[in-house]
Amino acid sequence: MHEVSLIENVIALVEHERTKSAFARVSMIRLRLGALGHAEPAALRFCFAAVTAGTIAEGSGLEIEIVPGEGWCPDCGNTVALAQRFDACPVCQGNQVKMTAGDDLRVVEMEVA
Amino acid sequence: MCTVCGCATARHGDGHAHLHGNGHGHDHRDHAIDFGEGLAGVTVPGMSQERTITIERDILARNAIHAQANRDLLDASGAFALNLLSSPGSGKTTLLVRTIAALQDRWSLAVIEGDQQTSLDAERIRQTGVPAVQINTGKGCHLDAHMVGHALDQVPLDAGGLVFIENVGNLVCPAAFDLGEDARVVVLSVTEGEDKPLKYPDMFAAADLMVLNKSDLLPHLDFDVEACRAAALRVNPDLPILIVSARTGAGIDAFAAWIEARAALVGKRR
Repeated sequence: MHEVSLIENVIALVEHERTKSAFARVSMIRLRLGALGHAEPAALRFCFAAVTAGTIAEGSGLEIEIVPGEGWCPDCGNTVALAQRFDACPVCQGNQVKMTAGDDLRVVEMEVA
Repeated sequence: MCTVCGCATARHGDGHAHLHGNGHGHDHRDHAIDFGEGLAGVTVPGMSQERTITIERDILARNAIHAQANRDLLDASGAFALNLLSSPGSGKTTLLVRTIAALQDRWSLAVIEGDQQTSLDAERIRQTGVPAVQINTGKGCHLDAHMVGHALDQVPLDAGGLVFIENVGNLVCPAAFDLGEDARVVVLSVTEGEDKPLKYPDMFAAADLMVLNKSDLLPHLDFDVEACRAAALRVNPDLPILIVSARTGAGIDAFAAWIEARAALVGKRR
């Protein structure tokens, strides 16, 4: 479950922020995840409390914003919604759709005190 | 020691940990680098008011920095690095042993082995005469660029060098982690089922080559090679596919030729 590593990376980013501005605790961390990305929101939520225990982020909430998948079809030139990375173009059924959005894996912001 | 984060946290298989690159001549090739020990942050309270801090950074930003450092190191030395990915038991290590035999007289080879536990794979590689470094990830399900950076410190890197990185057997997690490699090869064996590229698309979408291994078993299986090829191309329309048997050696020459052509493409050739 690489989501454990991803949360460890989130904690590292939080620790990095603390070198720039002092705070004692984190009450909320907001992530932005692409629907076509490498991380599973349920798995991130599942391991979040365990991985943050004993760190600066212990006790923090976790909010995850999902960015829908989107692609561009070189066959018909349309920008189309993608539910899966390899979906065919819903307009022309072409199989060459290039993903243009939905691969995000970002820490957006956090609330601290 | 890491040039990126300055850490020396990885412990060796015999329990010691220390800085590298400080001039001592200690040989690390016989024991594993152990990343199994957890990272636990320490909370240092301070006083401040509730507020929102905008971060807007990629969660894998730290991995990306380590990956770039690995890439810079490889480019500076002229060595070519290949990341080998697959599920457990697809025959990566056997494929490597065969490929080493095909390339050994033309390239200066080294292998970085990733597994949760044991040095069994590194020992198999060393029997070919090629230096191998074993990374044990402990509970980790993938190699990350930081681990590979430590391992790259311990293998000879020079022009005409070829470094194979055998990732932890897992078709999911390693896909997300850039190691700074020059190319990614996904190995699928014919005993696994032709629909794997559709079930685990991230891995196949990120690959530069697919090796379909254990082809010697095809007469005994219902595996449909063309259906597998179609599934892989649906996920990654430009993916080259080689059919190989690491057991018999069939197709190994084509794999070796692909590696050499790829190395030449990025300006790293023997």
